[in-house]
Amino acid sequence: MQQQGNRFFFNVDWITVLIYIALCAIGFINVYASIYNPDKATGFDFSSSYGKQLIYVITGLILGLSILLFDGRLFNVFAPFIYGATLFLLVVVLFAGRNVGGNQAWIPIGSFRLQPSEFAKFGTALLLARYVSTFNPKFRDFKSIVIAGLIVLAPLLLIMLQPDTGSALVFLAFMFPLYREGLSGYFLLIFLGMIVLFVADFLVPTYVLILILTTIGGLFIYNNRRKQKIIISTVLVTIIAIAYLFVVKIAYEKVLAPHQRSRIELMLGLKADNKGAGYNVIQSQIAIGSGQATGRGFLQGTQTKYGYVPAQSTDFIFSTIGEEWGFMGCSIVIGLYLFLLLRLINLAERQRSTFSRVYGYSVACILFFHVFINIGMTIGIIPVIGIPLPFISYGGSSLWSFTILLFIFLKLDSNRMGFI
Amino acid sequence: MDQLFNRKYIVQGLFIVIALILLGKLFYIQIISDKAFSSAESNVLRKIYKYPARGAILDRNMKVIVQNEPVYDLMVIPNEVKPFDTLALANALEITVEDVRKKLKKARAQSTYQSTFFERQISVQSYARLQEIMYRFPGFRTQDRTIRHYPDSIAGQLFGYVKEVSPDDIEKSEGYYKPGDFIGKSGLERSYEDFLRGEKGVINTLYDAKNIAQGSYANGKYDVNAVSGERLISSLDIRIQRLGEELMKNKVGAIVAIEPATGEILAFVSSPGYDPNQLVGKDWGKNYMNLIANPYRPQLIRPIAGQYSPGSSFKPVDALVALQDGAIDPNTTFFCPGYYMAGNHKVKCEHVDGTINMQRGIARSCNTYFCHVFQNIITKNGMKNQRQTYAHWHEQIAKWGFGQKLGIDMPFEKKGIFYPAEHYDKIYGKRWGYTTVISQAIGQGEITSTPLQMANVMAAIANRGYYLKPHLIKGIGDKNVVKKEYVVKNYVGVDEQHFPLVINGMRDAVNSPWGTAKESQIPNITMCGKTGTVQNPHGKNHSVFIGFAPMDQPKIAIAVIVENGGYGGSYAAPISSFIVEKYLTDSIKPRSNGYTVKAFSETNLLPALIDKTKKVKLTKSDSLSLKKADSLKRVKDSLKIKPAILKQTFSKKPKVSQPIVNHKPVTNK
Repeated sequence: MQQQGNRFFFNVDWITVLIYIALCAIGFINVYASIYNPDKATGFDFSSSYGKQLIYVITGLILGLSILLFDGRLFNVFAPFIYGATLFLLVVVLFAGRNVGGNQAWIPIGSFRLQPSEFAKFGTALLLARYVSTFNPKFRDFKSIVIAGLIVLAPLLLIMLQPDTGSALVFLAFMFPLYREGLSGYFLLIFLGMIVLFVADFLVPTYVLILILTTIGGLFIYNNRRKQKIIISTVLVTIIAIAYLFVVKIAYEKVLAPHQRSRIELMLGLKADNKGAGYNVIQSQIAIGSGQATGRGFLQGTQTKYGYVPAQSTDFIFSTIGEEWGFMGCSIVIGLYLFLLLRLINLAERQRSTFSRVYGYSVACILFFHVFINIGMTIGIIPVIGIPLPFISYGGSSLWSFTILLFIFLKLDSNRMGFI
Repeated sequence: MDQLFNRKYIVQGLFIVIALILLGKLFYIQIISDKAFSSAESNVLRKIYKYPARGAILDRNMKVIVQNEPVYDLMVIPNEVKPFDTLALANALEITVEDVRKKLKKARAQSTYQSTFFERQISVQSYARLQEIMYRFPGFRTQDRTIRHYPDSIAGQLFGYVKEVSPDDIEKSEGYYKPGDFIGKSGLERSYEDFLRGEKGVINTLYDAKNIAQGSYANGKYDVNAVSGERLISSLDIRIQRLGEELMKNKVGAIVAIEPATGEILAFVSSPGYDPNQLVGKDWGKNYMNLIANPYRPQLIRPIAGQYSPGSSFKPVDALVALQDGAIDPNTTFFCPGYYMAGNHKVKCEHVDGTINMQRGIARSCNTYFCHVFQNIITKNGMKNQRQTYAHWHEQIAKWGFGQKLGIDMPFEKKGIFYPAEHYDKIYGKRWGYTTVISQAIGQGEITSTPLQMANVMAAIANRGYYLKPHLIKGIGDKNVVKKEYVVKNYVGVDEQHFPLVINGMRDAVNSPWGTAKESQIPNITMCGKTGTVQNPHGKNHSVFIGFAPMDQPKIAIAVIVENGGYGGSYAAPISSFIVEKYLTDSIKPRSNGYTVKAFSETNLLPALIDKTKKVKLTKSDSLSLKKADSLKRVKDSLKIKPAILKQTFSKKPKVSQPIVNHKPVTNK
């Protein structure tokens, strides 16, 4: 056991590392393509965005490998401190941060900009894992749910204050590790029901929804007319659901910013806007769709080359992949992600320690949220939510934070025989 | 592991489902739908069209009669416009500052990044002024293209006009035409649009998202050079066309002249005419409205859309068909007491000729003679088979082109009226006979034809039995391609041997002292012809003449109709004679009777205007009885029957014929 601990790279899951490297490489190639300008095709330039991205990839890999040098137990021990530090940074950024694109999300350090919300993800994952592994709650009691909820909600609310709704939404991913640890499936169902009702509230007149809800409730009560308890809870759920419809309408008008409202309306097809807020989504879909089966080829995408898709190297990087590599390229990228996610779950399940398992689930689900929201946004099945595509989008903060997130788990996994 | 282990599958299952949803949507937008692909093309591609020159049209002597003139459009790309001196631009274009703003707004509404029209067809002066200060108006550019010019300023209805395509045209063309393109809308410009328009050129240029040109698309692989339209050679002789229009000044009517050997149309006059240059360029709308508002309807293409009873000019056809049919022979004579009795209707003759033969009957235009001829034809198989013989006769006459389109290379040709037997069955049931339709014997009543059909009949007689499809364009393109259908002889079903007699009669009509057109004799040329005086219920009779010349190896066949001109011999025949003479000798010799082109040209025969603002709605039964009344009225008009007699027939139903035996077969001397 001691011997194995000394050999740093022993038991590391190299397949995951390979997928990680492949995704980073795909990222670099497509960042290069989306920045490429045929008129200024000079030699390799490290001051350009693709030059920087190469540096980020290399330093990211070094960072990841050096994490493997740590003793895995440190992460368990220092989890509260790391969590505290990221919370501190999230508070600092609200006062000392630089405002970029309406979000107070960046702390400038020299020429480099740090995005604390990226690092808050693994801080939260570590503390949540620590809490679950230490107290082993089964989330049947109110107290444990509240504590776990607070751990997740604290950074979420701080990020909302920036305001960076996209990054905040990702914290909902922690529902899945908690579900795995015993949180009732009803929480997921309620959450799903809330989303469905939210969408339906815009597409269907409210009175129709009320009618549908009461009918379902009525039928349910009729079927269980002998069981008083069920009747009461059904009535309660129905009333809450109907109340929710009105709360959503009011909250939608009062809480959401105009640009967020228009994004949601665009996604639901309630309004068409080719020039304003809808421009990104439409141009992104055009670029991806025009790639067809095999794509236009590397550096051959006209939409990419002539800058029709805004934010193409960062949040909309997937449109470059879609245009230049076609359905084939998209399938490979989605396939790699899916393989990575399924493998991470499998790795998490083989852990002996609860800490590693909870952390593994957290990593997989955070990556899942990012991939789903980002790709879904570029092809118009999710409203525009500005979060990066893991390992592929341009940017140092996000690449490094995903690297740290992933490699901490790989380190924990390599120690899976030991007890942390 | 505990039972919570199973939750792993739910989480993993969720991952797989979501991945499949993403792939499904990708599959749809990338592979199934190609909307995105074309959107991507239209994002980056800008097509700049090069307009070809429209094909020119020459007359038969290779004189240019339709050509092109350069004009300039001012185009604008609204996105590239920077604040500019609106006053300077307004002054250069001779419009107000307010107009400049309006036009810019309109252009912006159309497209912000595509080049759109700011002002069409600016004057040469404006263009010259603009060229010097153009640099002050970024986003604007001039685009040159050509418009039509008609140097002779005549034959407006013949050439038609060219106009910007309507949304309807664009839809029908399945993408060939784009907004701003021009298309021939009527006349030759329309019927030969496919040849005249040429091929548009296009240059494909790539643009980036900031609308900056990024070079040509696919190295110009899909760029096309403009190809000019084909040159057309018209069969028209612009000299006699001009003469014809001059002679028809201040008159309503038409002239059609055909070269019998080829079917080529030499003159195509529709009067009143207009200058085709009026329907070119910016003033199109104003001038077009003026044409439409003109009560003499200059926009009507009378040679092919004016439908007139042929009147007596129908008689030669009648005679030829009767000879072919054996209903009469060359020696048949009839007795003319100055009228003909069809039942108890009286058909008047202009003169009392006594015993008359065919040749003289044609020369004198004897109504009695031809009513007898018609009676003989229809009753040759006995009284009971009149319907059947009428049907047969109808078929034979139809071969000459009556009641059907000849298929001239011009749009809007009319058929004329020539009813088959079924039509009379509908109105009269079985109780009708030759007396019912006797007016057709002399080309009156329920038969109408276009001047083109009448000229074509003359061409068929001049050719002794056939005609070629009349047409206006004899050669297409540099190779002078002739359409195949224009060399096919269409036989009218009368043997050549029957023609000399009829032609002699027509010769006498012009060249004998007893002829109806004797005032129209041409020095040194033997013109054969037939006058017609068409009963006009609305006013003075229409003057008609059809003829050909010279008698042997005819070079020209002609039909002239002058509305409200009275007798055929008074206007239509002299006008024909001038045109024939001009065509055959290129000059007009002084006439012994003192007729001059000038005198005819100065005569005003325009009818007084009638208020036609009232319109009555008709029910079906109304229209049927009206049809019947109309039919009877035409009979009445043509037969000049007194109203009292008509009243009686109207209330009963026209009487079926009783056999009439008041003609004495007299041998010809």
